[in-house]
Amino acid sequence: MSGKIITPVEEFKHLLPAEYLDLVENGPYKERKGVEDLGSFKEIIEEHPHCAGCGVALGIRLAAASLPAPEDTLIVGTPGCSFFGLTQTAVNYSNTAFGNQNAVASGLKRMLKIRYPDQEKDVVVLVGDGGIADIGLDLTLHSWFRRENITTIMVDNEVYGNTGGQESGMSLEGKVLNMAPTGKKFPKVPVFEMAKVAGCAYCVRVTVASPRKVGQAVRKAVLIAREVGPTYVQIYTPCPTNLKFPPNQTLKVAKEAEKDYYSYEEYITAEAAAFLERLNRAD
Amino acid sequence: MQENQKIVTPDQMFFEAPREEAFITGSEAVMEAIKRANVDMAIAFPITPQSESMHLVGDLYAQGYLKDYYRAENEFAVMAAIHGASLGGGRVFTATSGPGTLRAMEMFPVWAGSRQPIVCAFMCRGVSLPPSIQPENIEMSMLMDTGMMMFHAENAQDFYDMILKAYIIAEQPDVHLPAGVFADGFFVTHTRDVVKLPSEEIKLPPYNPTCAPIPTFDMETPPMRIVRDPLLNKSNFISYAANASWHQEVRAAAERARKYVDQYLGGLIEVEHPDAQIFIAASGTAVSQGREALKILRQEGIETGLIKIKSIRPFPTQELEEATAFAKLIVVPEFNAGGWLGREIKAALDNNSRVISGPRVFGGMTMPCELIVNTVKDALKIKRSSDGEGARSCLAK
Repeated sequence: MSGKIITPVEEFKHLLPAEYLDLVENGPYKERKGVEDLGSFKEIIEEHPHCAGCGVALGIRLAAASLPAPEDTLIVGTPGCSFFGLTQTAVNYSNTAFGNQNAVASGLKRMLKIRYPDQEKDVVVLVGDGGIADIGLDLTLHSWFRRENITTIMVDNEVYGNTGGQESGMSLEGKVLNMAPTGKKFPKVPVFEMAKVAGCAYCVRVTVASPRKVGQAVRKAVLIAREVGPTYVQIYTPCPTNLKFPPNQTLKVAKEAEKDYYSYEEYITAEAAAFLERLNRAD
Repeated sequence: MQENQKIVTPDQMFFEAPREEAFITGSEAVMEAIKRANVDMAIAFPITPQSESMHLVGDLYAQGYLKDYYRAENEFAVMAAIHGASLGGGRVFTATSGPGTLRAMEMFPVWAGSRQPIVCAFMCRGVSLPPSIQPENIEMSMLMDTGMMMFHAENAQDFYDMILKAYIIAEQPDVHLPAGVFADGFFVTHTRDVVKLPSEEIKLPPYNPTCAPIPTFDMETPPMRIVRDPLLNKSNFISYAANASWHQEVRAAAERARKYVDQYLGGLIEVEHPDAQIFIAASGTAVSQGREALKILRQEGIETGLIKIKSIRPFPTQELEEATAFAKLIVVPEFNAGGWLGREIKAALDNNSRVISGPRVFGGMTMPCELIVNTVKDALKIKRSSDGEGARSCLAK
């Protein structure tokens, strides 16, 4: 989409909401902006409806700020906390049935390739842990097996937050949660490991405590997905409401997890690395 | 190859282009429709009796008639991916049967709510339990309130015509809804019949996404950060009203489709012997059996008419009221255990004690026309002939 499309004519400019003008004037359209520029423009308006200290809201903000071409990016979501933030982003966002996101993204990406053969249209799945690791696991894996050119981002809060704190496949073993009254009986679903064997060309495990790493991972993942194949970014986005810690401790909780079981890991295939190398040289 | 086909208007394709007879199966009729439908992309998943038609659509892709085609992992994934492809602004096709329909169920109201002109063929069959791959159309009753339009083909000719016409009806800007085209599995898909086809050198005009009432999902429309309060999970009147008016608009769009169903399908119903006071009213294969029963009844001097219902959604309430204004008896034979068409007709008509919901066959049973004849005779308190006694004893009414 051309930046011209969103630029208002002078006569009507004063009628537009402040955040729309902010997007036009300071937004990332056709101009490289990143996580470090957050604050001068808004991906999600400040009165987002997430709980105080929400890790998911931060994860979405960081991911949205890092998209290499937001003016040509389509985000596919699924029900859950992520929905509340993503409906307010400045990119087209679709959310239909729980767990169908990677199938929707597959069909969408293929149709956009047909309709825009000479233009990159990035399709990014941005959903929670339940949507990927539980209800949508088969559709997620099959999109990777088929080598669809899409990026999948999991905002992992280790719980079904929106429905009231139930155990998800990504919850920690032993954690007492709703629907796990005596503690979860099995470890986190190893989606990150599965992504590598299922055909993802680039996978990163990261937490919101490392915003710059999140930004780099999302940017690389979207670029690699265009040419090489599916990519996966798993971001730890802790939930103060359901994991019962004070909302001002979100980054601390994420940082501690990063030192422990949620260490940073980047996996890249030789083909994807060579592609990035070519891209950097061209820059 | 699609590139070599000439684009013609829908009227030329449907009504003006000369046709030649072909002796083909219903599955081949589906392929012949898609060959001329200018479809961008199709997605398939195997299930009997649908599979063959989607193999043949795959062959069309290999020959260059479609731009993309793949086999997905299950029907829910198929219908979700078709939804995604349609969001992207192209013309799409898929098909399924019985259990596949139920597996994919969550996506059909999504298609309607997203106002997507997706055309899906349903080769109806039994659903478990007990398991059956045989013809039966109970799945249609489960789709009637999804917001989709529903057309029921009697034979391979209908199946061919209705699929092509469904695209044009579904894509009207004031309709823009998904359309299911239904045929009774095996009876239609796996038998050969004479189908009149226009030249394969012509195809429909492409889908024009700029005419859609909802912006195409391709980031070519300015983004709107208007959803400050997502409709979901908000307990206030504004949210309820916004949600409700959307539903009302989906229903209203289906109502607006009536004029196009009239124009392209030649009416929501067809009536044979409109002056009769006794009618057999049916849809799908039951129409063919009804037509045979009608011959027997008329030979015996029982003046009977036939109402073929082509459009299930929108439902031909007014047309049925007019056609049966002077009817004393309306018998509704069906290929399912639930009797959904009988229920619909009873709900639509005044003085509905005139309506006999039956005979019904299911589990793979065929419907001997004597079964329909005897239902009419029983209702009229006319003694049955000995023919068909055997059938009566083993089949439920």
